[in-house]
Amino acid sequence: MTAPPKRVLLQDCTLRDGMHAIGHQYTLEQMVGIAAALDRARIDLIEVSHGDGLGGNSFVYGFSRETEEAYLSAVRQVLTYSRLAALLLPGIGTIEDMKRARALGVDTIRIATHCTEADVSKQHVQAGRDLGMDVACFLMMAHSVPTQRLVEEARKMASYGAHCVYVTDSAGALLMSEARERVDALKQALDCEVGFHNHNNLGLGVANSLVAIEAGADRVDGSLAGMGAGAGNCALEVLVAVMQRRGLPTQAELYPLIDAADRLVRPLQRRPVQTDGNALMLGFAGVYSSFLIHAERASVQFGVDARDILVELGRRRMVGGQEDMIVDVALDLAKGRATPDKESPDEPV
Amino acid sequence: MSPLRVAILGSGHIGTDLLAKIHRRQGALQVVAMVGIDPESAGLSRARSLGVRTFHQGLVQLLADPLAAELDLCFDATSAKAHLHHAPLLAERGVRVVDLTPAAVGPYVVPAVNLHALREAPNVNMVTCGGQATVPIVHAVHRVSPVRYAEIVATIASRSAGPGTRANIDEFTRTTARGLEVVGGARRGKAIIILNPAEPPITMRDTVYCLCEPGADPQAIRASIRRMVDEVAAFVPGYRLSQDPVVEDVAARGLREPSGEPIQGTLVTTLLSVEGAGDHLPSYAGNLDIMTSAAVAVGERLASFASSGLEGAP
Repeated sequence: MTAPPKRVLLQDCTLRDGMHAIGHQYTLEQMVGIAAALDRARIDLIEVSHGDGLGGNSFVYGFSRETEEAYLSAVRQVLTYSRLAALLLPGIGTIEDMKRARALGVDTIRIATHCTEADVSKQHVQAGRDLGMDVACFLMMAHSVPTQRLVEEARKMASYGAHCVYVTDSAGALLMSEARERVDALKQALDCEVGFHNHNNLGLGVANSLVAIEAGADRVDGSLAGMGAGAGNCALEVLVAVMQRRGLPTQAELYPLIDAADRLVRPLQRRPVQTDGNALMLGFAGVYSSFLIHAERASVQFGVDARDILVELGRRRMVGGQEDMIVDVALDLAKGRATPDKESPDEPV
Repeated sequence: MSPLRVAILGSGHIGTDLLAKIHRRQGALQVVAMVGIDPESAGLSRARSLGVRTFHQGLVQLLADPLAAELDLCFDATSAKAHLHHAPLLAERGVRVVDLTPAAVGPYVVPAVNLHALREAPNVNMVTCGGQATVPIVHAVHRVSPVRYAEIVATIASRSAGPGTRANIDEFTRTTARGLEVVGGARRGKAIIILNPAEPPITMRDTVYCLCEPGADPQAIRASIRRMVDEVAAFVPGYRLSQDPVVEDVAARGLREPSGEPIQGTLVTTLLSVEGAGDHLPSYAGNLDIMTSAAVAVGERLASFASSGLEGAP
């Protein structure tokens, strides 16, 4: 007889990854309304930050409508069930930012590095532990390295004291077998929890999250109506429906989530969050999802095809945070210094 | 004139590159000691092969040796934390220090901007590699049109970032941001660092955003930046603009500060690439090169003070 399936923790990213989809422009009222709805629907964790994490306000990534402090304090006040989380990318946000977030009531800090650079998270993981926080780590662009390498990096994060290490498919480029293999390998290698975060760029958002749960993931991310960078994240309300059909235990309540997705979030999607041509290119070329909006703006500013920009960024192996290179690539394309490659991009390695 | 007698603390990438550069120049500086913590490290082996005395038990071991009394100058290429420990020990012995960690004990020096600032200071700090690459650009814009806000993104190849750099990411961002303000002249600075693991390794890239007053003169700004790039390239030949600076009226973007204020003014975006000389690591590691080349320039300037008899006792 097999043990009954454990309950997977659901983490919402509408108010963090979803920031990318609207240029970081939620009003406080919108944010609080969405957070309250998620809390009523009994979502375990709610992440609130600039799309690029604490300290993300900048010309290169965009400025949010309100301050970090205003968003976090306002959401904190309406939470009764859910825990409050924030994201931090070492090199962008600092330990000082983390301390401020902690003082504002953040329970869970998620420390994200590129999937080969786990060791830059060490001081931040330890600082999070010292502050008494729940610490989860992201290995971003997890499609871009073989599973064995991902395991080695995940082991480092676990050794620093992470409570959970995520397979983070920032480019939405993992196929189902690849997602399964990575989650399964981390589960076998680590004593801590394993999480899964993804993007819907190849239309596999919900499917890959289900695969991750089946492979033993302890925490899975989603966003209402998929509200996230690129083609968006795994749609949270759809995932909960699928989990219920599959007989997986969850405390999340489906109808309130559907209502929140349809009534609160979808009307905010100025640019539809869907697997359209440019968003598909992200998954196809293995490009960081939040490059999408910036590439579309550069496409207009410099008169080049956004798909050419995205594929060239993939070919140059740009990683999360290198949004500054979008203008560089667009200018090269405009001058004919980079030739648009009409053939299939390199296979993810 | 006899060269200044120099010790290098730290046998990692930065210390080893510094050793290679000073040795190659055979000029105003002479490395007489290299200090590390691992006798088998590549850096200490390299030093031994060049006839430099090595110490593998840290600065304390060097200071206990009679050689310490002959030192004129010490380059510290360890880590911010280690430098906080080293700085008082060296000050006590009256050894001048060029600090290549982000500890920032002494004032910042960026050779193309404020080499004059180091005459009095017994301990000067080289900011960071990202600071050496970007502060000159902020200064170049600032001397034409005051910079209200400067932001930089520095991307380096993973292979060029040793354990010290990786353990000091937070210090890197803070020290670089401070350098943009104190030396660059920006009212406020922000720094971002990214590691990229691509193979073959990517060349160091730096992007500098400067927000100036509305209506700043694009031609004057571009000319000032080009002049500065030439000055930096005089000692870091691989330092170049990868695009002509983009100057735009930022109001057209409709951005707002999180406080609600509309962001107005002239935004200058400068895209740089920094290729190294390939002394210790291959040419992709421009971050290493710009740091060590700047440190050597500072050391040589100190030597010129010494030989002209103008240097006060530290």
